[in-house]
Amino acid sequence: MSALLTSAPSLVPSFAPAATTVGNPAINIGIFALFVVVTLAIVIRASRNNRSAAEYYAGGRAFTGRQNGIAIAGDYLSAASFLGIAGAIAINGYDGFLYSIGFLVAWLVALLLVAELLRNVGKYTMADVLSFRLRQRPVRIAAAISTLVVSFFYLLAQMAGAGGLVALLLGIEGALGQRLVIVVVGIIMIFYVIYGGMKGTTWVQIIKAVLLIIGAAIMTVWVLGKFGLNLSSLLGEATTASQDAGGKDLLQPGLQYKNPVDFISLSMALVLGTAGLPHVLMRFYTVPTSREARRSVVWAIWLIGIFYLFTLVLGFGAADLVGAKEIKNAPGGVNSAAPLLAFELGGEILLGIISAVAFATILAVVAGLTITASASLSHDIYNTVVKGGKATPEEEVKVARIAALVLGAIAIVGGIFALGQNIAFLVALAFAIAASANLPTILYSLFWKRFNTRGALWSIYGGLVSAITLIVFSPVVSGKAIDKVTGKSPSMLQGVDFHWFPLDNPGIISIPLGFVLGYIGTVTSKEYNAAKYAEMEVRSLTGHGAETATHH
Amino acid sequence: MSKDAPERVVDDPNVAMQDSPEFAQLRSKFRKFVFPLTALFLAWYFLYVLLSVFAKDFMGTRVIGNVTWGLILGLLQFVSTFTITMVYARWADRVFDPEAEALARKMGGQQ
Repeated sequence: MSALLTSAPSLVPSFAPAATTVGNPAINIGIFALFVVVTLAIVIRASRNNRSAAEYYAGGRAFTGRQNGIAIAGDYLSAASFLGIAGAIAINGYDGFLYSIGFLVAWLVALLLVAELLRNVGKYTMADVLSFRLRQRPVRIAAAISTLVVSFFYLLAQMAGAGGLVALLLGIEGALGQRLVIVVVGIIMIFYVIYGGMKGTTWVQIIKAVLLIIGAAIMTVWVLGKFGLNLSSLLGEATTASQDAGGKDLLQPGLQYKNPVDFISLSMALVLGTAGLPHVLMRFYTVPTSREARRSVVWAIWLIGIFYLFTLVLGFGAADLVGAKEIKNAPGGVNSAAPLLAFELGGEILLGIISAVAFATILAVVAGLTITASASLSHDIYNTVVKGGKATPEEEVKVARIAALVLGAIAIVGGIFALGQNIAFLVALAFAIAASANLPTILYSLFWKRFNTRGALWSIYGGLVSAITLIVFSPVVSGKAIDKVTGKSPSMLQGVDFHWFPLDNPGIISIPLGFVLGYIGTVTSKEYNAAKYAEMEVRSLTGHGAETATHH
Repeated sequence: MSKDAPERVVDDPNVAMQDSPEFAQLRSKFRKFVFPLTALFLAWYFLYVLLSVFAKDFMGTRVIGNVTWGLILGLLQFVSTFTITMVYARWADRVFDPEAEALARKMGGQQ
C-alpha cells in the first residue's frame, strides 16, 4: 500500500532520473519478461469464455476462498507495501513498523462487519449494496463517483511510482525512456483487464502474491540466518549501524511521525479505509458463497500479516547489512532498501527476481484498480443511469471493456504527467475518502434500519468533498518548509503556500464528518422502504437470494 | 408462496422472515458476537497508536535484549488479529452458518 508514502513524501518522486543502477538490467528485464509471458499465457487460457457479465466482472464467482484470499493479498500488497515499508523500517525503524500494523488490523473490519454481508447482498460493484434499498439513481451515481475517485487516485500513484521504480531497476534513464516504460506497463495492464476480465486479473494477482511472499520469505530466512536466528541481535546490530552512521536509535518511536495528531489521523484512515476500498470489496464477488468470502479474508489476513512480519526483518536487515547512508544515496532512495538488500544477499540473480516481483506487483495492483473502475462505469453509470437498468449483459461487458481501455489510456497519460511529481499523498487520500465516504454508508446500510437515500448522499458527498478539500489546503499540497538537503519543499507545489489545514491526513475530521452527515441526513428524511430493507437484511444474513456461481 | 400463515398475514416473504422470532434471534446472535469484538480490537489498536505517540519513552524501553515494549505490543497486535480471525471464523462456521442456512432453506421453501 503506498499510503506509506504519505508521511514520507520523498519516497516515490525520489525515483526520478536514475543516475546509476544496481545489478544487471538484462537479468531484471529477462525475469520480468518471463513473468509477463507466463501470466499472459495463463490469462489467455483462463479467459476463454468471458462473455457474460458475471464472468467478466466476478470471474464467474468460481474462485475458492483460498484462491481469492491469495489474490486479495496480491491486490493489497502493492510495491510500496513491500519496498516502502521495508525502506521505512530501514530508515525510521519502529515508526515504519507502526504503519504495517494499521494495514493489517484494518482487515478485521472487513472480516467482521463487511465481507460476508456484502457478498450476499451485492452483485458486481460496491454501489449494488449501497443502492439496494435506497433510490437507485442518485445513490448509484454517488457511489460510482466515489469509486472512480478512490480508484483513480490510487491508480495514478501506482503508475507514477511504476515509471520511476521500473526505470531504476531496468536501468532506463531519461524522461523519454521512463515515459515509454509507463506506456508499456499501461498497455500490458489494459490487455490483462480487457482480455482477461476479473478471472485473468485474479490469476495475475495470485501468481504475483505467491512470488512476492516466497521472495520475501527467502530473504527473511537469509537475513535471520546471518544473525544466528536471533531477532534481538538483528535489532541490536541494526541500531548500532544506524547510530554509527550518525542516525538515531531505530527502536525509539517518533523518528518518522513528529506530529501526534497527524499520526492518529493517518491511523484512523488506514484502519477504517481498507473495508471501504472499492477494489478490495469487488474481490468478494469472485467467490460462490459468503462462507468462501469469509475464508478469503482469513487467508488474506494470514498472508498479509506474515508478509508484514517479513518486512520487519527485511527492514532491520537492510539497516544493518546495507546501511542507511547507502539506501538514501541510491537512485530509488528509501524504496531501494529491499532491492539493495537482495543484491547484498544473493547478488544479481536475487536482485533480478525481487525487481521482477516488484514490477509484477505494480501490474497486478493497477489491473485490479482498472477493472473496478471500469465495472462501476459500466454497471452503475451506463446500465443503471443511462440505460435505466435495461442494458443486456453483452452491452454492459462491451462498455466495461471500452471503459477499461479509456481508463487505461488516462492512467498512462496521468502517469506520465505525474512522473517525478510528489503525488504519493493520493494513496493516503484514497484511504481517507474510502473511510469517510464509503465505510459509513456501507455500515449504515447493512446495520441501520432507518438509513435512507438522503443519509447516503450526505455521507458519500460530505465525506468525499471534505476529504479532498482538507487535502488541497493541507501541507502536502503547499506550504511545507524547504528541505535543506534537497533545496525543495516536500509539498507537491513549490513556491506557493495556501494551506490552512494543519494535518497531512484529513481522516480525523472527514471520517467522523461522514458518519455524522449520514446520521443527520437520515433522521431528517422520512423515506423508508420496508420491503427492500427486509429483502436486504434477510439476504445479507442468511444468503437467501444471493448471487450464485455460474456454471458452464 | 404461503400467504395463509396462521398468525402473521404478510404478502412479502422477506418481511415475514424479518419479523419472525428466529430471524430476530439470528440477527441478535450475529451482532452480539461481532460488535463487541470490533469495539475490542479498535480500542486495543488505538491504545497502541496512542501509546506510540504519547508514551514514547515507555515504548522505546528495552525489555528482552533489544526488544522494546513498542515491538512487543506491536507483535501482540499481530497475535490478537490472528486470534480474532480464527475465533470468529470458527464461530461463524460452527454456530452461525448452520442457523443462517436453516433460515435460508425455509425461505427457499416459501418462494
